[in-house]
Amino acid sequence: MTEPFLIGDTMTGGYGKGPDILHGCTIAVEKGEIAVIVGPNGAGKSTAMKAVFGMLNVNSGAVRLDGEDITHLTPQERVVKGMGFVPQTSNIFTSMTVEENLEMGAFIRRDDFSDTMAQVYDLFPILKEKRHQAAGELSGGQRQQVAVGRALMTKPKVLMLDEPTAGVSPIVMDELFDRIIEVARTGIPILMVEQNARQALEIADKAYVLVQGRNAHTGTGKQLLADPEVRRSFLGG
Amino acid sequence: MDVINALVVLANFVIVPGLAYGAQLALGALGVTLIYGILRFSNFAHGDTMAFGTAITIIGTNALIAAGITFGPLPTALIALPLGIAATCLLVLGTDWAVYKFYRTKKAAPVILVIVSMGVMFIMNGIVRFIIGVGDINFADGERFVVTARGFRDATGLAEGLAIRTTQVITVIVALIAMALLFWFLNKTRTGKSMRAFSDNEDLALLSGINPDWVVKVTWMIVAALATTAGVLYGLDKSFKAFTYFQLLLPIFAAAIVGGLGSPLGAIAGGFVIAFSEVTVTYAWKRVLGYVLPENLAPEALVQLMSTDYKFAVSFAILIIVLLFKPTGLFKGKSV
Repeated sequence: MTEPFLIGDTMTGGYGKGPDILHGCTIAVEKGEIAVIVGPNGAGKSTAMKAVFGMLNVNSGAVRLDGEDITHLTPQERVVKGMGFVPQTSNIFTSMTVEENLEMGAFIRRDDFSDTMAQVYDLFPILKEKRHQAAGELSGGQRQQVAVGRALMTKPKVLMLDEPTAGVSPIVMDELFDRIIEVARTGIPILMVEQNARQALEIADKAYVLVQGRNAHTGTGKQLLADPEVRRSFLGG
Repeated sequence: MDVINALVVLANFVIVPGLAYGAQLALGALGVTLIYGILRFSNFAHGDTMAFGTAITIIGTNALIAAGITFGPLPTALIALPLGIAATCLLVLGTDWAVYKFYRTKKAAPVILVIVSMGVMFIMNGIVRFIIGVGDINFADGERFVVTARGFRDATGLAEGLAIRTTQVITVIVALIAMALLFWFLNKTRTGKSMRAFSDNEDLALLSGINPDWVVKVTWMIVAALATTAGVLYGLDKSFKAFTYFQLLLPIFAAAIVGGLGSPLGAIAGGFVIAFSEVTVTYAWKRVLGYVLPENLAPEALVQLMSTDYKFAVSFAILIIVLLFKPTGLFKGKSV
């Protein structure tokens, strides 16, 4: 079996000198696929993703991007390597315009990024309409689009989303999921953490159920949706 | 005619001096607000940074005059200003490297940095007094007036005169140029935008690959330029005295906070609000009212609401009134 494009392999670790939160947890995403991490509150979903992005100490295990060991790189260095990350909160520059947010996303690029910006505007037409408005004045769903757009500006090889639908209404949530699928169709593998387990599993090529920092179930989205145990414990029967 | 005379008196004693003083405060407050927005602490050493820049500029001015170089009708200090800015850049970058950087890497709480900046303030205080002494220094040369009171009276035939000093005009023009450059830099250049991004959301700025060391360095250099310019303009308009500059810290902070800490536009608005309230409250309104009111109502007393000794109290009263109603300042700055 060939190695997945991005893999956090049997990661154990926690924040700072605190106790371990992850215990031999493995998360991976293949090229052109959507992988989701679901699980109950406090299961370490966001922590697992942050570990892949280098925001906490991985004491044992490794993170590899396209076969290259990046376990000891800082988050900034990982951005340069081609990882895009959208944090769950404070993920936009509220006082700056939508367009400036996208420009800041492209900060590490020295080449002309106007074509990437045009692509982002194609993907999120509402952003083009509001491009001269301060991002902080937008609605929750639009802000999330700005946040994802900002991360896309580096032309990442993999995109990581930490609960992109947190705090938005169900209608907006459906729209965001559609957009995320569209991003994935452009060929960017997506790894995301989701609270809305059922919807997330429906669009997932690969899904991980974490419980207390450990892999509880792994499979395709459809398999897990059909798994009676997963249904009973997370999806309400 | 009386109304026009009243307006002329008002312009002469309130509007023109208020504009000049407001521009000086605004430039000072811009420096404070930039440091607050990007380095996230209130820099108590700002007044003494202004004093240092001005002191170096004065030395440069004296050297230029000794060498026979002047700026014609304009003050020679304007030629020496770049020297003052360069020296102040070195001073603040050196201070940052020797002092602030240590606390920044330790991620010290803002209140600790405030106390540290007070220490820096005392040291700069001493350095300035060593360099240039404690006395009052007048270093404005060139043409003194653009419009003299007598000339104005002769030209208009009014009873009241309007005097506009060269330094007042220069203050307003230089301040406008400095502000225009600053806003252009912050809104149009890549580095300027990255500074705003860093001020807005530090974590996300780091994630976007913005280099914090570079942002901090550029901020200090801009602050040095603003502080020196503000200090030199104030010194040209009034006079230079190390202690006065230390005291200027109070209205400058009031201006930055009234406008909204972290907001450049707020700093400018705050500067003028504080300047005009200080000037109007401490101005003796007798002559203006004498023209406007009917004769039997004309006041006999000075109608000065407060002695000029209390002018700093005015800035703080305004500060408190504004914060009561708008806790983050007029322009939605960060709450303190």
